[in-house]
Amino acid sequence: MASKLLTKLGAIRDPKIARNPNLPLNATRRLFSHRPISTPPHSPPSSPPDNGKSAHKKSKPTSSLKDLELAKFSAIADSWWDSVGPFKPLHAMNPTRLAFLRSTLCRHFRKDPHVARPFEGLKIVDVGCGGGILSEPLARMGATVTGIDALEKNINIARLHAGLDPVTSTIEYCCTTAEKLVKEQKMFDAVIALEVIEHVADPTEFCKSLSALTHPGGATVISTINRSMRSYATAIVAAEYLLHWLPIGTHQWSSFLTPEELVLILQRASINVKEMAGFVYNPLTGRWSLSDDISVNFIAFGTKNGQ
Amino acid sequence: MNRAITRKLAAAATNAYQSKVLRKNLCGGANASAATSTQINNHIHEDKQSFTHTVHPYDIAIVGGGMVGMALACSLATTPLTKHLNVAIIDSNPALGSKVSIKKEDPPDPRVSTVTPATISLFKDVGAWQYVQQHRHAYFDKLQVWDYTGLGYTKYYAKDVNKDVLGCVVENKVLHSSLFSRVEDTDFQKTIHPSRLTLMSLHPSSSSTVESSSSTEASYVNGCLAKLELSDGSSLYAKLVVGADGAKSQVRQLAGFKTTGWNYSQNAVICTVEHSVENQCAWQRFLPGGPIALLPMGDKFSNIVWTMNPKEAADCKSMNEDDFVKAVNHALDYGYGPHPKSSLLASADMFSWLGGNLVISANDSFEVPPKVVKLASARMAFPLSLMHAKDYASRRVVLIGDAAHAVHPLAGQGVNLGFGDAFALSRIIAEGIAVGMDIGEVSLLKKYEAERKPANVTMMAILDGFQKAYSVDFGPLNILRAAAFHGAHHISPLKRSIISYASGEQRLPLFS
Repeated sequence: MASKLLTKLGAIRDPKIARNPNLPLNATRRLFSHRPISTPPHSPPSSPPDNGKSAHKKSKPTSSLKDLELAKFSAIADSWWDSVGPFKPLHAMNPTRLAFLRSTLCRHFRKDPHVARPFEGLKIVDVGCGGGILSEPLARMGATVTGIDALEKNINIARLHAGLDPVTSTIEYCCTTAEKLVKEQKMFDAVIALEVIEHVADPTEFCKSLSALTHPGGATVISTINRSMRSYATAIVAAEYLLHWLPIGTHQWSSFLTPEELVLILQRASINVKEMAGFVYNPLTGRWSLSDDISVNFIAFGTKNGQ
Repeated sequence: MNRAITRKLAAAATNAYQSKVLRKNLCGGANASAATSTQINNHIHEDKQSFTHTVHPYDIAIVGGGMVGMALACSLATTPLTKHLNVAIIDSNPALGSKVSIKKEDPPDPRVSTVTPATISLFKDVGAWQYVQQHRHAYFDKLQVWDYTGLGYTKYYAKDVNKDVLGCVVENKVLHSSLFSRVEDTDFQKTIHPSRLTLMSLHPSSSSTVESSSSTEASYVNGCLAKLELSDGSSLYAKLVVGADGAKSQVRQLAGFKTTGWNYSQNAVICTVEHSVENQCAWQRFLPGGPIALLPMGDKFSNIVWTMNPKEAADCKSMNEDDFVKAVNHALDYGYGPHPKSSLLASADMFSWLGGNLVISANDSFEVPPKVVKLASARMAFPLSLMHAKDYASRRVVLIGDAAHAVHPLAGQGVNLGFGDAFALSRIIAEGIAVGMDIGEVSLLKKYEAERKPANVTMMAILDGFQKAYSVDFGPLNILRAAAFHGAHHISPLKRSIISYASGEQRLPLFS
């Protein structure tokens, strides 16, 4: 049992949080809700001092905190693509998340699931793309992918890695936020935000933004952690207090959404949840699988009402 | 890993720009290195336009185009999710690539495989079995095993396991050309490199400098591709390298996979013989020096696999044909000891408490194999050994078939395990592609290893156990062995599970 908890926790541990153990939650929240970016998406920062500048613009409480954060980011961002490194749980979970996306999106967009690139012709945005570990498989599956993340460092790592393979080099990575994309009037066939909503300050507003980015008749997919007794035991008590995998305060259990709440919030943003599944971990095989058990990690697929 | 990438890029950058500013930036922090890398990407992009000889990487490089390598290619070519892959097959065998036509009248090849029902159904799945059926092949539904002491024998029937056949004996060249013909009939993109692998680099050494800055080279430098150098001086890149190059696998050695194993102090003498009547049963008799097997090949031909010590094997190879035929007939009949008695009263009593069915029907009685009238091929001798790789997979490299596990040909299981590997790997690659994974990803390849290793180890242990049990000539053991025969003969469920396992079903004998 303990090992099961442990492994579950591994996946719950969100990279965006896990990478700054000392960062107070509200700082992270600010990062996700405002995410103002000084540099245009495709021009790389010209020198390190510029990063310092943009750090200040990211409305950090103090510059020293930002420095600390930067150091931690740069230390861990290198390991985004190390499948046995700190992001191992996310890598392990990835095929399962993609299997869900494949089956739901193929069905919804009437694509043939028996081909190598079923998403050909679909415009997809990966909100909170991190190092691009979801964006790259989506691109290999044929989608035209835009990956956005509030952290410049993540975007740089993602761009660097995607550039190595001609198939994934087509991904457009932007250091921006969902809100900002809405202002730019960008629209996508599918909007995907996995393991992100539990870190945003205002989930309702966030869902409205995701909805605004979705074409009418398009799809929105969100995954997160349930607010259940089991998730409290695994994500908070075990991970933060007993095992010290995560600094205390990393996840605020009270800010997790239950599936019912997520469905309601999405409904208010004109997205009807059509399918939901849980992710469960098998400690014997070390693999995740889809299940009906949505008590800890779950994923929801919704479609936006047509005109 | 990524730290290494950054370093490589840094090397590339300094090489290209010789810029102090860049170096300073690199020292200044990770953000700066990211900035540098973007510039490098631009630089690479410019280069791609100026270089005309951009090397296109392959998705998969199969090293070894033998039966198992070709089975992988065939399975990839006929699976919807993998048929688009761009595959290189590296094999110095000149016969590969030119479509060899095998005529039914051709003399039979001594190298044959006993394919199990499980393998037959895999071949049917990929559409290759129809090509096998156009050539010489022999199904058999009966197997008689006995030993020289005359104490016991047993017969296995396909009907015991609700199957039509126990297996099919096919010449290796037929299996190979059938798979190749099947691949040829698809529009699969494959390139055959008639060469040998000389060098494989997965992770460029830190001292290596980037000479050409094509995007392929950059991907390789960053660990996204493996680089293979061939004996003809050419080199190629692939996302995944499959070692299907046999027991002495070059891929396995270059990848640094460790192996365990041992040599049996025994050789197998292999040849084809002719009878006056068609043989329709598989026969195996345990002799003091090791087992002799007589496998039906169709058209009155049979294949002999005779295990003995190296000196005897050398004698067998050098003696004149008539003497050899005599020796074979001797070994399959009265040589070394009497026929087992058909009435098994004493031993039947021994096992009656186990609830076995003691009624022996007429055709269940001991039979003598058909006489060999002449030798139909050259005699070959192979040393027997057992070898198992500790790992089948690492990043961008995976082993299949004898490269991962070599067994002696006691039950003809070697190639079936190899086919099992090839089809399993193809399926797992398809599963990876379904979820957009990089096919060289270690987590994907380890899934293949986790699936195949237990199956292969179990079969190897069974075969090794058989080998040990039958290579010892010691009175009490012989009696035990004979007793085991009677046991196996009469206890139907046990017998069923033994055949089931030998015919390629993934169930453990005894415990199912």
